[in-house]
Amino acid sequence: MKRAKELVIISGKGGTGKTTLSGSLVRLLGKNEKVICDSDVDAADMFLLFEPETEREEDFRGKSIAVINYDKCVDCGICQKVCRFDAVALEDGKYQINPYSCDGCTYCMLACPAKAISMEQQVVGKWFISNTDSGSMVHARLKPGAENSGNLVTMVKHQSHLLAEENGISLILIDGPPGIGCPVTSAISGANLAVIVTEPTFSGIHDLERVLGVTGHFQVSSAIVINKYDMNEKNSRDIERFAKEKDIPLLGKIPLSTCVMDAITRNKTPVDSCPDIKSIMEDILGKIKKLMDIQ
Amino acid sequence: MKVAVASGKGGTGKTIVSTSLFLSVNDAAYIDMDVEEPNGAIFISPEIEREERFSLPVPSFNENICTFCNACAEACVYSAISVIPQAKKVLFFEELCHSCGVCKYVCPEPGAIVEVPKEIGTIRVGNNGNFVEGTLDIGIPSAVPLISGIKRYIPDNDVVILDSPPGTSCPVVETLKDSDYVILVTEPTPFGINDLSLALDIVRELEKPHGIIVNKHNEKVSLAREFARSKDVEILLEIPFSRKVAEGYSKGIPLVDIEPEYRSNFKDLIERIRVTIS
Repeated sequence: MKRAKELVIISGKGGTGKTTLSGSLVRLLGKNEKVICDSDVDAADMFLLFEPETEREEDFRGKSIAVINYDKCVDCGICQKVCRFDAVALEDGKYQINPYSCDGCTYCMLACPAKAISMEQQVVGKWFISNTDSGSMVHARLKPGAENSGNLVTMVKHQSHLLAEENGISLILIDGPPGIGCPVTSAISGANLAVIVTEPTFSGIHDLERVLGVTGHFQVSSAIVINKYDMNEKNSRDIERFAKEKDIPLLGKIPLSTCVMDAITRNKTPVDSCPDIKSIMEDILGKIKKLMDIQ
Repeated sequence: MKVAVASGKGGTGKTIVSTSLFLSVNDAAYIDMDVEEPNGAIFISPEIEREERFSLPVPSFNENICTFCNACAEACVYSAISVIPQAKKVLFFEELCHSCGVCKYVCPEPGAIVEVPKEIGTIRVGNNGNFVEGTLDIGIPSAVPLISGIKRYIPDNDVVILDSPPGTSCPVVETLKDSDYVILVTEPTPFGINDLSLALDIVRELEKPHGIIVNKHNEKVSLAREFARSKDVEILLEIPFSRKVAEGYSKGIPLVDIEPEYRSNFKDLIERIRVTIS
């Protein structure tokens, strides 16, 4: 069987409506048409819309971090000198590793003349496979403050592919993280289409341009959805013009609607309770299917 | 004192709150630590005085000195180095490198590895040093070194506002670590509250004094108030949802210019925070 296609929803700027769009697409697609994948692992919210029943739960092990054995430590401070991550501090007369700052590079362990430092692998999060009314969902939760969310994103995507293969599903719908850094890179890498949700604000436009830089850099096809477009129609026209110039398909424009806000407040997608929005979302989904060449 | 403005969920209004604090309080500085998507300048329109490229050291391999012993590749936990002795080649994957310096440390041949700077972003300083922002270059995986680099440019003003990145992972911790107080900005939706709860976990773990600002507040929805009560956190301010504010925001107009009466709210807020942390 062919590898499932990946559709990823991203935005650059947070709060533009990634989960509102991806949640709506989840509702519109058939239960067995896709695997749902929430890759916004440091602020995973999609589960709130679909009341998942967890079927499998696994620890996610991230990098190892340095641990000092004080029976051997001679208080020489070399670990602090060599560390480039400011992870070693002298506190209460003892050199201590700050687990939030330690990058796991092993320099201190290698440089320690007393061989007092070892590396210990950390559990930095959990990932889950759950059942929902709208299909199977892979999601995760990064321990607050942990690093390596890019690797956890890669893990939830990998599990989504396994699940798709098992069940003969040909599409993975990925709710992506905000920003342009490592988690986003992991979320879009290998994707067949990245839909960027933007809003007609200066901040939204600024971030749209940056996130397009990332999809361009990794050669992932992009398309745009303008959310809350009537908040500033002039800016929306600017985005439309910009999309046309760059030859990026504009999939649709969603109005600023109290119905959408009310739906989200009740943990519902707008497809469930806002007929006008539903038809816009259906139109967007039709265009996505065409672009991705799926039935 | 350093006041960080964070949120968990993106788009709840961190930048609205931080720029409002900056514009309302005398002798304040504004530092944009959201280096992946810095937007504070849109509202502050700073006069930029200095612009510097920020670099990290990465190894450069001299294949004339290298004996292809593989020690560097074995020591690199990021798998950024591959040595092919048959071809007398060292392959270096720069985007995987974390600039830790281990390869150079373990290399037995002096001069085979030297460190050279690699640019990862830009730091801009303006308004007599009271505005600082970092912008991460596209394609650079980690924001943390640049966030940490910005700290050297923070002036010692009476009040320094740190505009944090969204989320709850490393870049946020890097920002909050050196703050004296954390304002958590949320919106009264289940998404907002769920992410607020995650952000609160970090702030408590870091043992920072903190309070909540509810943006897009809606009198009919009590989610944020219930959450604050259940977790015993103070709500510092509620900013009601207003289409006028949203439209102004879309054009880059700061909240305190659209609704000037908020200036006194933000001034009072800083004074209350000062009392809390003293």
